Amino acid sequence: MTHAVEIRDLHKQFGDNLVLKGIDFTVEPGQVVCVIGPSGSGKSTLLRCVNLLEEPTKGKVFVNGAELTDPDADIDAARRHVGMVFQQFNLFPHLSALRNVMIAQQRVLKRGAKEAEIVARENLEKVGVGDKWNSYPGQLSGGQQQRVAIARALAMNPDLMLFDEPTSALDPELVGDVLTVMRKLAEEGMTMLVVTHEMGFAREVADRVVFMDGGVIVEDGPPSQVIGDPRQERTRSFLRRVLHPEG
Amino acid sequence: MTDTPTAAAEPARSGLSPRQRRRISLGVQTVVGIIVVIAVILLADWPTIVNVFLNRDVAALMIPELFTVALKNTLIYTVSGYLLGFVLGLVLALMRLSSLAPYRAVALVYIEIFRGLPALIIFLLLGFGLPIAFPGFKLPGQEYGTVALALGLVAAAYMAESFRAGIQAVPKGQMEAARSLGMKPGRAMVSIILPQAIRIVTPPLTNELILLFKDSSLVFTLGVTAATTELTKFGQDLTVDQANSTPLIVAGATYLLLTVPLGIVVRRLEARQRRDR
Ligand SMILES: Nc1ncnc2c1ncn2[C@@H]1O[C@H](COP(=O)(O)OP(=O)(O)O)[C@@H](O)[C@H]1O
Ligand SMILES: [Mg+2]
Repeated sequence: MTHAVEIRDLHKQFGDNLVLKGIDFTVEPGQVVCVIGPSGSGKSTLLRCVNLLEEPTKGKVFVNGAELTDPDADIDAARRHVGMVFQQFNLFPHLSALRNVMIAQQRVLKRGAKEAEIVARENLEKVGVGDKWNSYPGQLSGGQQQRVAIARALAMNPDLMLFDEPTSALDPELVGDVLTVMRKLAEEGMTMLVVTHEMGFAREVADRVVFMDGGVIVEDGPPSQVIGDPRQERTRSFLRRVLHPEG
Repeated sequence: MTDTPTAAAEPARSGLSPRQRRRISLGVQTVVGIIVVIAVILLADWPTIVNVFLNRDVAALMIPELFTVALKNTLIYTVSGYLLGFVLGLVLALMRLSSLAPYRAVALVYIEIFRGLPALIIFLLLGFGLPIAFPGFKLPGQEYGTVALALGLVAAAYMAESFRAGIQAVPKGQMEAARSLGMKPGRAMVSIILPQAIRIVTPPLTNELILLFKDSSLVFTLGVTAATTELTKFGQDLTVDQANSTPLIVAGATYLLLTVPLGIVVRRLEARQRRDR
């Protein structure tokens, strides 16, 4: 069986700064994998290497068995099957919610306007912002914007969804709406790789949790182990800080 | 009244409250202004001024050619030069941001030269230099083509810098979001980045239209005929012909008729952008 994501000996260096120091892991189809770890540990860089927004310095990245790090790979074609949701939403501010979800369908998948609109409305409905189709991003709350961004990615029928701290820029009372949508996606069997600080979500939804620190994977296993009963002292001290920030 | 809390908070150095001082200052300014206006009115030779600068009979001579020929040509020169400058400026901006060093270098050299030269020199070089360097070569549209080219070359350098600033002002996440949806770089630039960039630089681009409108008067260096004349030349010729300055005033007012509303549009756009930010 091919892995949804396979990463082998991944290194990434920015100038003198070696950020990823040999990452190996896989995500199986239908799995939800949460990546946790302190700020600056390379979580975003790892995620961005999966769809080659960052070019790995060394190592291989496979998505659905196809090697993206192959110099001859058609990166644009590969990215169509990989949806990405950003911390800052990155909606297109000059387009309405509906057009945000339509534009890549039309320009990349070459769907007609009719079909693109039907798919867009379905997905906006699905994430609970169907009534906001005519609003511009600037008129929406953070939680609504992030859900439009999820709809935009889903409209491309991705096999894999990447989330980079999707709730970190949200007011606390809006986090729940976005997590609910992500939970629903997970239940439908979407393959998801999620960088998050939401330990509750990781514990309940993830099939596996990966703890990163200093550009390496320190611990990788089911949430009951990595969050519930971590083997490594680095994992334990990180969790102490995240779960009990006051003490 | 002088003992309001705000007045009391200020040190009462001269024994006057800030409000009283402001009143006195305003009063002095008003009196000075009135004196200047009265002096000008008394000293000027009004009948001669009206006769030389605001002569109705001379102004009547300009109708309808002022609009049907002069203004029409000015608009044709300006708009065609602007469109050429817009397209060329956009290409130059994209070259400036290219990952290929030779493209960047060519665009930079072009921009520095054409931004640094007086527009007059470019007109003179195109008018006299081109026919000598390329004998028999004719630009399409005759004089119109040369003017559009000269204005476009000048405008492109300024517009390229505006476009570049606009493109760079679009957050990096926009390109990343577009690429993550499978868009190729060119497609992302056209569908996502440029629409936002152009919106950002609409005020400076509108300003450039105003500048170009005025620069179109340089067409006189190419030698215009009665059919290809424009506002300034038209006014100047009649002024000489009639030994009266009214035509220049009328031509000038015609420029203002268009540039002042455009200026208001620019200020509105800028105000809206400040508000949105
Ligand atoms: N584009 C970049 N250029 C230079 N350094 C970068 C870049 N992106 C990330 N880094 C560096 O890589 C390190 C890891 O960053 P990141 O992957 O964002 O960590 P995390 O998401 O875990 O907080 C940081 O030290 C950061 O400064
Ligand atoms: Mg990050």
